[in-house]
Amino acid sequence: MITTTRYKVFRVVALVLIVAAFIVPIVWMVLAAFKTNVDIYDASKTLIFTPTFENFDKVFGQANFGQYIINSGLIAVAATGLSLVLGVPAAFAMSRFVMNKSALVVLMARVIPGVSLLVPWYYLFSQLRLVGSYWVLILSHMFVALPLIVYIMMGFFDGLPVELEESGQVDGLTPIGSFWYLMLPLSTPGIATAGILSFIFSWNNFMFALVLSGSATKTLPVAIYDFIGYASIDWGALMAASTIVTLPIMIMSLFAQKYIVSGLTAGATKG
Amino acid sequence: MTTAVIHGPKPQSALSVWANRHRRWLFAGPSMLFIFLLIVFPVVWTFWLSLTDASGSVRAESNFIGLANYVDVLTDTQRFWPAVGRTVLFTGVVLFFEMLFGLGIALLLWRPFKGERLVRVAILLPLVATPVAVGMMWRLIFDPSIGPVNRLIGVFGIPPQPWLAGESTALPTTMFMDIWQWTPMVTLILLAGLTSLSDEPFEAARVDGASQWQIFRYITFPMLKATFIVALLLRGIDALKTFDILLAAKGKGGGSFNEVETLNLYGYGLSFDYNEYGTSSTVLILFFVIIVGSIFVLTRKREEAAR
Repeated sequence: MITTTRYKVFRVVALVLIVAAFIVPIVWMVLAAFKTNVDIYDASKTLIFTPTFENFDKVFGQANFGQYIINSGLIAVAATGLSLVLGVPAAFAMSRFVMNKSALVVLMARVIPGVSLLVPWYYLFSQLRLVGSYWVLILSHMFVALPLIVYIMMGFFDGLPVELEESGQVDGLTPIGSFWYLMLPLSTPGIATAGILSFIFSWNNFMFALVLSGSATKTLPVAIYDFIGYASIDWGALMAASTIVTLPIMIMSLFAQKYIVSGLTAGATKG
Repeated sequence: MTTAVIHGPKPQSALSVWANRHRRWLFAGPSMLFIFLLIVFPVVWTFWLSLTDASGSVRAESNFIGLANYVDVLTDTQRFWPAVGRTVLFTGVVLFFEMLFGLGIALLLWRPFKGERLVRVAILLPLVATPVAVGMMWRLIFDPSIGPVNRLIGVFGIPPQPWLAGESTALPTTMFMDIWQWTPMVTLILLAGLTSLSDEPFEAARVDGASQWQIFRYITFPMLKATFIVALLLRGIDALKTFDILLAAKGKGGGSFNEVETLNLYGYGLSFDYNEYGTSSTVLILFFVIIVGSIFVLTRKREEAAR
């Protein structure tokens, strides 16, 4: 495209600034997590300081974050797994039989403000004595995960040729058999994309757990939120807690970058 | 096709024949039922609540009061209309900057270059970061006394600002946080769109001696327009519903002066801080109407662009 030296210089400078704008705040948070509260206040110790694990001790010891990591992980894995079981066949049918109206019903879930569902959910689930249980959190997070999975997988199945499925039937498989033995193995990249993305969305979800979780089933975002609200903020511990929530997802995204990007942009470039 | 040979044709049971014939609904049914139950029942119920004076406990008796809540809410200039204003302002401002920066960064990343991988990882990080944690991170960075931002602007002789703590600066600061986190989303979508464009029109334009601006104005942007509107739509829906970073940054009610209270936060507060279910349902129904209306307008625009 453009090859003038001036543009090349501009591009390098712009890219460096962009990377800095996105990375520096995160680095600041992670560094603060390893500082004492005194050092966080001290401008001369911005980069050079004696790292401490005191904040992490506090977060795991007094604030019980070990349990919340388990809660968040368990709920995200269960919600993703169950949503894949329900969503992958649904996406296949909706793609094959061009069930656009049905797909619209599922996509409604992405449009509706979660708050407007929460009062009825709270009532319903408290009648069933489920509020505060893992089940209610898994179900509510499935509400986030399932539409995402259907959406991504529909795009993926749209890209697989119909002839492939038919060839299985020529070889004597039933239609369900050819879905199971042919289409499913072929769609592993799509399933990986949908699964990773739905794990991230569930892990990051705040609103549903804020209302529906109990003290034993609290997820990480709610636990961080509960950290504030006292008179003075323990910045070191708060940053340690924020780092604990964010880092696993970020490390995961380094390895699964390709899948995450293809999931986030799924369907966006179709006419 | 080895699997097919192993399993071979075998006599089918009546159940299998039935299952295969109805596989369409067998596959799609459970998902649709799940979503339907979790949406339709609550929406109908929320609508019913909006016509009652329900408050206090979810199990308490309530009376049908017709459209009284709607009259109250629509004439409420203390909380409701300011919240509508903030929602519209927040969404408009963040969308403008996210689309602008998102497009700019996407154009910068479009053609291959050295270190591409590093840049792509960097723009992915804000996107996957937990919004509540992002809110806390910015609370520290914008803290008036210990945050680095006031120190940084001090170098340029700008006096320290209250940022999130200020009555008039809080909302713009949360807008900045949202723009930081979601610009990469727009970049990724537009980048996917740019990569899918064919090279021919660009080569033809270059042969004809078109300037860079002309190429962008008459070729790149028109070809990208449909994708641009998809990005606008996806971000617009989520921006209207912004919740996590606002609550993380300012807490209940969007701060003590409701500085950042949007419709979503207001509805949440009415439901779970004040237990005013009738009023909150009314606010949420009106909010929902605003969202669906915006989507309707944008999808119409998108169809026009696709044509």
